[in-house]
Amino acid sequence: MSGIPDRPPFRLAGLLLTWEVILAALLVAVFVLNSLATPYFLDTYNLADATWNFSEKAIIALPMALLILTREIDLSVGAMAALSAMAAGLAAAAGMPAPVLVAAGLGTGLVCGMVNGLLVTRVGVPSIVVTIGTMSLFRGVALVTLGDGALTSFPPGFTALGQSYLIAWPPLPLSFVIFLGLAAIFTLVLHRTATGRRLTAIGANPTAALFSGIEVARMRFWLFAITGLLSGLAGVLLAARFGVVRPNAALGWELDVITTVIFGGVAIAGGAGSIPGVVLSVFVLGFATFGLSLLNVPGIVITVLLGLLLIVSIAAPILIRQMVRAR
Amino acid sequence: MSWLLRHREAALAILIALMIAGVAAYAPAFATPGSLLGVLDDTAFLFMLAVGQTMVLLTRGIDLSVAANLALTGMLVALVGQYGPDLPGPVYLVLAGIIGACLGLVMGGLIGGLGIPPIVVSLGALAIYRGMIVVIGGGDQVNASEMGISFQSFAQAKLVGLSSPVWIAVLVALAAHVFLTRTQTGRALYAVGGNPVAARYCGVSRERVEVLVYTLSGAIAGACGYLWVARYGVAYSEIASGYELTVIAACVIGGVSIGGGVGSVPGAVLGALFLGVVVNALPTMQVSPFWQMGIAGAVILLAVVLNARAEARHGKLILPEARAQ
Repeated sequence: MSGIPDRPPFRLAGLLLTWEVILAALLVAVFVLNSLATPYFLDTYNLADATWNFSEKAIIALPMALLILTREIDLSVGAMAALSAMAAGLAAAAGMPAPVLVAAGLGTGLVCGMVNGLLVTRVGVPSIVVTIGTMSLFRGVALVTLGDGALTSFPPGFTALGQSYLIAWPPLPLSFVIFLGLAAIFTLVLHRTATGRRLTAIGANPTAALFSGIEVARMRFWLFAITGLLSGLAGVLLAARFGVVRPNAALGWELDVITTVIFGGVAIAGGAGSIPGVVLSVFVLGFATFGLSLLNVPGIVITVLLGLLLIVSIAAPILIRQMVRAR
Repeated sequence: MSWLLRHREAALAILIALMIAGVAAYAPAFATPGSLLGVLDDTAFLFMLAVGQTMVLLTRGIDLSVAANLALTGMLVALVGQYGPDLPGPVYLVLAGIIGACLGLVMGGLIGGLGIPPIVVSLGALAIYRGMIVVIGGGDQVNASEMGISFQSFAQAKLVGLSSPVWIAVLVALAAHVFLTRTQTGRALYAVGGNPVAARYCGVSRERVEVLVYTLSGAIAGACGYLWVARYGVAYSEIASGYELTVIAACVIGGVSIGGGVGSVPGAVLGALFLGVVVNALPTMQVSPFWQMGIAGAVILLAVVLNARAEARHGKLILPEARAQ
């Protein structure tokens, strides 16, 4: 779990006990249990449809993983998604074509993210405090603009983004493909480039990273900007999927996204974590939710179960380690 | 001016007074005693929860579960009020405090005993406690007519113009202030948050302190749960949804550091009062309720930015760029 040191000697037990392997085993368990419980789970179209429900949040989980890895956090992602969706909706109301709508949404997210980044890096306020404030501010702007109304008219070229399959067989929803593509890019950047090593170094020890010549503030600024941009993308996809935007869109997403990232094995203290872990966490949580709802388990009970899963999954390895040490 | 920057509580108190004067100049009705007492009534819960959160923040922790704890405990005591005998109000208050303390103790055990990060535990607890409300209450709400007379009358009773939640908030704040400034355990909270390593070498048990603060924070949230449900006459799953962030904002405005070791009860109370005045002033100034959230956000940002500016003067900085990190 440590961040910086060079590769330790290869051990099979070490490989089997990594968090990613445990998550993969959990994913297999989720698939096996669900297909035993209901015949409708292992249906290609059902599984494809299940991805609609988590792809947007999953897209935000990728930059959030990098933020938490560098000891930052962003609680305003849901509000940025809502504001971006609203921007797309306003552009649609003005009769703009689909590409302008997408650009309006992405641009709004990027600007919001840059505001977060500036406040954190320039003014030096902790990011959890800044983003509690901007969360209210961004959501407040959406509330002021829309009031109790909603934007409902979107051109078909735009709604297709959130409702169509990229190819007919296997049925891959466009938003899911976007998530997979972004996950591949984030994996490469974090685990195969110098930038990725620098981010891990910042998370492991920001002061040492600064003295090593890493531009800590600049990298953090751009992480917040990218988080805003991808929250904007998630907001655009959400608006396209539902074809309607209200000020309370994407409400509470921040906690879902952070839960996904932490469950994916990214250390909240910074310096440790992997993108494949986060992707596996997205799948475990997403398909577990989908399977339980197929079994008619109420959504609120699923929330309880996911909360328990989060705590137990973090507590169990610590308890096991303590018991082993006590012997 | 520099004196004001060094005495944050005084600066905040002056700012609140100026704000009340400013609002009163625009809408004189706001400055009447009745209206100002109403502000206190409305802010009582924020006072109590901010005091509890301050103790947690001092130890470098965070408790995101307070609003969910409040709602769950409120539902549980409302069910007791519905199906049990009509007990006197203080009995419910103590019962709610004990339930809340148990919910907090579980978190304290996971955080202090196992060393799981507070944000992880309280996020999980938030989801679990909120969900439990629906599971236990069967998705129904408990209405005022079902709760019992003495259940409600205690939380709605008035003494010298102020409702009982305000008086309880005053007692909680006084007790917490004495605890933090005059007792060895209270100082240990600052020690653990200010410098965990040094605290350990001084023989302060981080584990015990953490179990204690989450239990106290839970007890306060639980007591607020009873008072909230009894005052507004309804218990359901979405009570105080998202309120945990308002509580943290109040603490931060009051100068409690998220990084631990810095903060005071008077600061947290003034931070809560500041937010309470802002939220209550907007309707009297005929500002649309849709503006409320945006203005609250802008005010929080402004306050923390000014705080950061004031704090930047403290201490010797060997490497100025390191400040931002």
